Amino acid sequence: MNGPHDLGGQMGFGPVAPEKDEPYFHADWEKRALGLTLSSGAFGAWTIDESRHARESLPPATYLAASYYEIWTRALEVLLERHGFATRAEIDTGHKQFPPAAPRRVLTADRVAATLARGGPCGRSVDTTPRFKPGDAVHTRNINPKTHTRLPRYARARTGVIEAVQGAYVFPDDNAHGKGESPQWVYTVVFAGPEIWGEDADPTLTVSIDAWESYLEPA
Amino acid sequence: MTHDHDDHDHDHDHDNRYTDMQARVKALETVLTEKGLLDPAAIDAIVEAYETRIGPRNGAHVVARAWTDPAFADWLKRDATAAIASLGYAGRQGEHMRAVFNTPDTHNLVVCTLCSCYPWSVLGLPPVWYKAPAYRSRAVIDPRGVLAEFGVTLPADKKIRVWDSTAELRYLVIPERPPGANGLSEADLAKLVSRDSMIGASIAGAPT
Repeated sequence: MNGPHDLGGQMGFGPVAPEKDEPYFHADWEKRALGLTLSSGAFGAWTIDESRHARESLPPATYLAASYYEIWTRALEVLLERHGFATRAEIDTGHKQFPPAAPRRVLTADRVAATLARGGPCGRSVDTTPRFKPGDAVHTRNINPKTHTRLPRYARARTGVIEAVQGAYVFPDDNAHGKGESPQWVYTVVFAGPEIWGEDADPTLTVSIDAWESYLEPA
Repeated sequence: MTHDHDDHDHDHDHDNRYTDMQARVKALETVLTEKGLLDPAAIDAIVEAYETRIGPRNGAHVVARAWTDPAFADWLKRDATAAIASLGYAGRQGEHMRAVFNTPDTHNLVVCTLCSCYPWSVLGLPPVWYKAPAYRSRAVIDPRGVLAEFGVTLPADKKIRVWDSTAELRYLVIPERPPGANGLSEADLAKLVSRDSMIGASIAGAPT
């Protein structure tokens, strides 16, 4: 979707302002928000792609004004409601009123280290051979789905070069919407700065994205 | 509670609900715990892992090893996930690693314009600036301007490669080894490797 999250090349957000000796957390609630998001992910009810889509679907003004843990928390509320783990009234009051949907698992403290160490690999095997090889010129499709996609706006309808075939991975555009994993080959595609940003681009700049095969066609 | 509201009478609940994240998160934690969906001690364990075990020292260890062991550096180039796992770093948001090497010709900078993808297994939790719109919007169009805000000025003819982490590959920048660092041990070299240098927002050995 062409949401507020798709920030590449936008202007007006001011300086980056790195914080010297930045702490891991700026408030205790951020710690709880991190833990809540990871613990709820362990229910097994939604995928990381659905989580990302919930975040980018927040109202644009909300998204752009929020810190990232706030974005996570607001999206988590949406996911908990959508999958039957809590109602809006329960979230607002902070108390149980109804029994929840059954999670596949509840993350207990003793399982945290193993769960973090395992992660969620999303490489998959596919039967097809890669359509493109390193050195091939490719054109990114001009798509504007209302649904989740990982092809940023700035990289649509551009010509680039395949640098690497990175393996086959779960296709987020389908997986975010419960349509299955639909794994595809993923390629690193490199664009010259001027191809994306025009004649005033930094001539020393190249930008790469990692693109699923269906984002690409031969140039 | 940092947010105080003295006008609760009018229809205003969106404000109360959305301005006080502390209350909002506490409510979520309470209701999920009451429902048997959450072990609050698991949250403590997650926080502890990222405060003590899973952070940029892991990545600095990888970089220092690459600087001192050409065979390891070669392995990193070919199969970063396996090479990094051999040092004990793997898992969440580091499942599919790629190492990109700065050279005299090319500087690498990593961003996630669409969200906040970041190699947690080697760098830990991303800093606020990495997740915020200013960096995500400008890194791909004005990397030199961004780097200047980190105090880094690259030679005008040095190539800049920006890696937008749009898929599940997670990028670790291997900075150039600072001049004059000969003879240092791997542990002392690791001390020269800042978190930001492994994102490409700084260079190794720069004052932080």
